[in-house]
Amino acid sequence: MDVSQMQGQLIDYTASLFREGFLDDQFTQLQQLQDESNPDFVFEVVSLFFEDSERLLNDLGRALTQQIVDFKKVDAHVHQLKGSSSSIGAQRVKNACVAFRNFCEEQNTEGCLRCLQQVKQEYFLVKNKLESLFRLEQQILAAGGSIPMVE
Amino acid sequence: MESCNCIEPQWPADELLMKYQYISDFFIALAYFSIPLELIYFVKKSSVFPYRWVLVQFGAFIVLCGATHLINLWTFNTHSRTVAVVMTTAKALTAVVSCATALMLVHIIPDLLSVKTRELFLKNKAAELDREMGLIRTQEETGRHVRMLTHEIRSTLDRHTILKTTLVELGRTLALEECALWMPTRTGLELQLSYTLRHQNPVGFTVPIHLPVINQVFSSNRAVKISPNSPVARLRPTAGKYMPGEVVAVRVPLLHLSNFQINDWPELSTKRYALMVLMLPSDSARQWHVHELELVEVVADQVAVALSHAAILEESMRARDLLMDQNVALDLARREAETAIHARNDFLAVMNHEMRTPMHAIIALSSLLQETELTPEQRLMVETILKSSNLLATLINDVLDLSRLEDGSLELDLATFNLHAVFREVVQLVKPIASVKKLSVTLVMASDLPEYAIGDEKRLMQTILNIVGNAVKFSKEGSISVAACIAKTEPLLDARAPDFFPVPSESHFYLRVQVKDSGSGVNPQDIPKLFNKFAQNQSLANRNSGGTGLGLAICKRFVNLMEGHIWIESEGFGKGCTASFIVKLGIGGRSSEPDHRVVPLNRVQSNFPGLKILLMDDNGVSRMVTKGLLMHLGCDVTITSSADECLRVVSPEYKVVFMDVGSPGTSGYEVTRRIHERIPKRHERPLIIALTGNTDKATKDNCLRVGMKGVLLKPVSLEKMRSVLSELLERGSLRES
Repeated sequence: MDVSQMQGQLIDYTASLFREGFLDDQFTQLQQLQDESNPDFVFEVVSLFFEDSERLLNDLGRALTQQIVDFKKVDAHVHQLKGSSSSIGAQRVKNACVAFRNFCEEQNTEGCLRCLQQVKQEYFLVKNKLESLFRLEQQILAAGGSIPMVE
Repeated sequence: MESCNCIEPQWPADELLMKYQYISDFFIALAYFSIPLELIYFVKKSSVFPYRWVLVQFGAFIVLCGATHLINLWTFNTHSRTVAVVMTTAKALTAVVSCATALMLVHIIPDLLSVKTRELFLKNKAAELDREMGLIRTQEETGRHVRMLTHEIRSTLDRHTILKTTLVELGRTLALEECALWMPTRTGLELQLSYTLRHQNPVGFTVPIHLPVINQVFSSNRAVKISPNSPVARLRPTAGKYMPGEVVAVRVPLLHLSNFQINDWPELSTKRYALMVLMLPSDSARQWHVHELELVEVVADQVAVALSHAAILEESMRARDLLMDQNVALDLARREAETAIHARNDFLAVMNHEMRTPMHAIIALSSLLQETELTPEQRLMVETILKSSNLLATLINDVLDLSRLEDGSLELDLATFNLHAVFREVVQLVKPIASVKKLSVTLVMASDLPEYAIGDEKRLMQTILNIVGNAVKFSKEGSISVAACIAKTEPLLDARAPDFFPVPSESHFYLRVQVKDSGSGVNPQDIPKLFNKFAQNQSLANRNSGGTGLGLAICKRFVNLMEGHIWIESEGFGKGCTASFIVKLGIGGRSSEPDHRVVPLNRVQSNFPGLKILLMDDNGVSRMVTKGLLMHLGCDVTITSSADECLRVVSPEYKVVFMDVGSPGTSGYEVTRRIHERIPKRHERPLIIALTGNTDKATKDNCLRVGMKGVLLKPVSLEKMRSVLSELLERGSLRES
């Protein structure tokens, strides 16, 4: 398909992500920070987010399956994850983290494990979506077009 | 032989003769030997002698002759056979050589003779060349004189100097006795003696111009020899005793500027000539040589050119003086005009106020009077007063407006207004009068006519009202139609403004209004005068309509101010009239809608170029995001991920420190305290701002207590960060938001 069609597709997809709550305004902020001196800013940040998050999720998994759960540590991890996800605008992940933290305060292991699942799910969903988004963008750039921005 | 005793011979005859022969032979031999020697000596001296071989022969011949004579000396007495043999040999050789020489000479003598003729020929040639040399030298001298003369003549632009110099130099070069110049008089019928060489003040001799001798000179461009007795040459009373020298006259054309064609030499079509007369010294028997005549002709031409230059210069000086005078006069006139305008403006300004005030008083009081109880006659009187004073007020306003318009001191009040409303209002205003006259008024507005426009509403309404009012005024019956639309980009069909092209642009459009009436019409010839001031249509039917006659003039000026054009068309009396105008208005108040357009990547907005910021955040993603944000704003960001690192790096060169205090376990407050200790001086210390995920009061208080200057909620938007940085740089802290 030609460039303008792909651009239209991208716009629609991005709009749907916002609509469905996967991404929030912070993601738009990130896009605004991308410029000539920093052309892959969003991609880099998101990649870092993926790395960080996966590490944190592993740590969380390990920490919660210990005999004696160190809730402080768990809380610290969740706090980190919340911070990261809110920094890039992964709204649903962030919300899940907020719920997670409540259970941590209550020192509810069951609840935490459940939340961990939730967080993981949301994380993988948003990861998928973002990866598709980047793929589309790459296609457009390869075809010689430029990334459209919704003002 | 026995000798007789009677007479003793004086000498022995043979002895004496023998002796003399002996001596002669000896001398002959000597001479014969010395002559070749001399010859050889001289030939050796001269290198050019061509006949050496002959000389050798000659020498041999002489030597041998000498030898013969020498040997002869021995033969007087008895001699031996050897001597005889030698003698014979010598004689034989001599014979051979002498014959050879004789033969040789036969060849040579003609040559030698011809040498002489050649020598004569060369001598003649040399003499001739000498003569020619002399001639060339003379010509060269003449040429030099001409050049010098020309130089002298052309080095000045003053007519008198030119002519005087000519005469002096000619006189000197040619050694003249007298040289004179005759100029034609103003009438052209006489020649007047203007300049002479010897006379200081020539008396005003004149000779008629049509003398045969003068005609002869004028008809040819060569120097002509004339008789010394002709009137032009008779400058001095002739003594009669001496022979006057030869006289030559030449014409000097007096050229005008118009004589100089562009492509060719000046045509001698001019009729005016001056006459130059040159006289050789009397009693000198000198003759006019050809080269001297040529010199005179050349000089005459040069003088003509120089004179014309002088004439041109005189003319241009005169023209310049004239222009200067005109300039001065114009300047004076301009200043007078300006003074007049100022005076009028002052007058108007005063009158403006002075006239309006009483007018207002009259109108106001008359209206009030109208409200009171009056008898019918009184009422009639008051109404008349009111009507007249209204008319007078309108007249005053019109006059004052017009003068302001003419000055150019009137400026349009531009504002956004409702265009449709203007038309509606005008129609409303004229409807009453129109209905009284039973005229129908229709308004048609084009669908693409914008509702809002930018322009001078009051004056636009005044213009439309005036035109529609005129239409109503001058129609006794029928209908009036007012049509408003956007002018198309096509030339107007009005011959008076062939160059008027209404070209709309993004911000302007041209409004076109046409008012058609079915009234009395206007004579097409009068149309141009309609827009003149105070011109009234003097037909009988309109005597009573009143009016100042200024309305259309003012309308025209308003329309011109609005960069437009106004015109009237009519087919004649009784056929109605169409008044149209086009004005330029701004397109009013449209808001641009947002649209999805492909926007190129953002440009870096460096609002805070070079601002050094230290960032402390242990969350990698959030750190990267904040860094990107600050860099986007042009800041110079240093990132640290732990308290220790932050403390290591911090220094007075950082203006702001953003510190993440959200995560438990980070000792943001501790770091702040340590920074305060490290850098005690307030003006050196960077401003410390907390970044946190929660903004409950406790966190805020804690932050402020340790000396942080503000608290920011993460995530921070671009705009928020920009305003935060601005506020920080301005105030040094963040307001409680």
